[in-house]
Amino acid sequence: MFRRLLKDFRFGVLPVPGRVIAIVFFVFLFIFPLITQNSYYVNMMINASIFAIFAVSWDLLGGYTGQVNFGHALFFGVAGYASGLLGRYLGWPLPATMITGILAGVAAGVVTCYPALKLRGSYLSLLTLAFPLMLVPLILYFRDFTGGEYGLNQLPRIAESLAGRYYICLILMTVSVLIMWKLTDAGSRYVRTGLIFHAIREDEIAARALGINTIRYKLLAFMIGGFFAGLAGVLYTHTQGGASLYMLILTMSFQAIIWVIFGGIVSIYGGVVGVFVLYPLVYLSYDVQTLFEKIHEAIPKNMGPLLVIVEFLEKLTTYPMLILAVVVILTLLFMPEGLAVLIRNKIERECPRCKLTNGAWRKQCRACSASLH
Amino acid sequence: MAAELLIYTVVHGSVYALLAVGFSLIFGVARILNMAHAAFCVLAAYIMYNLVSPVLGIELGTLPAIIISIVAVTLLGMLAYRFVIDRVREHHGAVLLITIALAIFMEQALTMRFLNTPASVDYFISGYTIIAGVKILNDYLMILGITAVLIIAVHLFLSKTKMGIAVRAVANDTEVANLMGISPSRILLITMAITTALAAIAGVLVAPTGLFHTPATWGNWLLVIMVIVVIGGLGSIKGSIVGAAVVAFVEALCIYDPLKLFGSGAAYLMSTFVLLAMVIVLIARPAGLFGTLFEEEKL
Repeated sequence: MFRRLLKDFRFGVLPVPGRVIAIVFFVFLFIFPLITQNSYYVNMMINASIFAIFAVSWDLLGGYTGQVNFGHALFFGVAGYASGLLGRYLGWPLPATMITGILAGVAAGVVTCYPALKLRGSYLSLLTLAFPLMLVPLILYFRDFTGGEYGLNQLPRIAESLAGRYYICLILMTVSVLIMWKLTDAGSRYVRTGLIFHAIREDEIAARALGINTIRYKLLAFMIGGFFAGLAGVLYTHTQGGASLYMLILTMSFQAIIWVIFGGIVSIYGGVVGVFVLYPLVYLSYDVQTLFEKIHEAIPKNMGPLLVIVEFLEKLTTYPMLILAVVVILTLLFMPEGLAVLIRNKIERECPRCKLTNGAWRKQCRACSASLH
Repeated sequence: MAAELLIYTVVHGSVYALLAVGFSLIFGVARILNMAHAAFCVLAAYIMYNLVSPVLGIELGTLPAIIISIVAVTLLGMLAYRFVIDRVREHHGAVLLITIALAIFMEQALTMRFLNTPASVDYFISGYTIIAGVKILNDYLMILGITAVLIIAVHLFLSKTKMGIAVRAVANDTEVANLMGISPSRILLITMAITTALAAIAGVLVAPTGLFHTPATWGNWLLVIMVIVVIGGLGSIKGSIVGAAVVAFVEALCIYDPLKLFGSGAAYLMSTFVLLAMVIVLIARPAGLFGTLFEEEKL
């Protein structure tokens, strides 16, 4: 058993640079709390793990199945609020509220799916955009019950210690991403969903002509999307210790899409890369600002133009959304396939004969020794 | 009560129709959902505010300020179309995202400059008129008039001039229009210029009424515009007028609440009901009341 694992590692992982990077990255994540105990940075990584689940669940629904959902925050927020409200008013124990919260996310997926079955393209995006925005005023209207603008506070947390919260989120993130990766794997011998999701995205009418019940599979995609986005929402609520309107607003839905597009759409791992690159970038903008302040003080007063540039950069760091908007525009214009896919195509090459991935430096395939040029 | 409802509907409906007509036009011609439309309105309002008030050091008169801001925003819209939107036009998701990113970019740039100062411009015409016992600001009456004139002008442009017929040809079938010697890329650029000009005019006119509180208000306006255009039918000008009236009427019902259904918090529920109307229209008739769906958009 162990020997087989070692063999797999030696011949299946080491020769493929993408897999090596993925493993190094996850090892880094697992030892992260040993590197720093600073709650500021550990909290950042907790949020990044949760948002990675959220982003990847969008990729499954919007990327793979092609149901471009502009209201993904609905599943996130509904699950979080459901869990919080059940714990607050019915006094249910935490695991029960969390599971019910996730089921509420799935239910939100089903509710969104029924009207969405008839629509596609821009019309679908507009419809899905509307749902979370319809919920926000309702939460404000029933403010005595839901807490209104202040949200639900002082909810129980999944673990008392910071490291406990970190590892729960990290393990759930790893497991969820692996499950979603398997579910969308078009070449899988065991699960058909990946292939069918691809078919629905590429040509739904053709898929239907092949005898695939596209309605059932679209419903399934919405339910899976709702499940994992709901899981992310529940985790977010019970690591922050509160649910707020921030979970439902437009920004939340767009963030998921921005992360996935930046990392690489229709590629599961793209969402993870997008979150772990962009989220810290925005989160740490305050640190960067203090850094620029120090540079600002260090520059002598007679360096006019340099001083202006540094002042401008310092001001820029106060507006992380501005930087994010520019990143989105540049990504869509110059690397529509996304950062992770771009890098992967640079360092890996698929063998034209046996479809095995090889490092880009090889001249011959490592299995069938076909020429790679 | 009936008079108040009716007047609210007409007055606010005209503002909404003015905002929505450009959004609808660019979708009808190029199938672009320009999410930055409302941001262009807000930008025009702020440029005018910047020019007429002593913020910048040059205090222009109202008319030059209006003209400069409309021209500047129109040029900006054309640049944005040519260098950003046009490149991703084939994929609807990318268009939505990139226009949202443009809108956020404009909002953040305005926030950098103005923080959250409202674009408070003086009324163009001070005072108010009383019609059927309801006070209406003269500015709103002016907006009503200008909206009517602009919509008639757009209608005449589309139906009578050669350029307008070319625009409609591109909207109907880009490939055949191209074969008939019309350059679609030029027509689309012109349509984008017209729609951003309409957005800028709307922004400038609405600025004194204080509806643009902060640079971030574009989100709320975009929502209103979207609902209007979906109800009326994406791409139809007649539809956006009807949709604007429907939305304004629903809003009036929520604000005056004639049946006293929701108590004091009724205004909160406004956008819920407005969005509900949009969802119902999308489910029952995706093309809206007057819109058309292309074959590839059906399912």
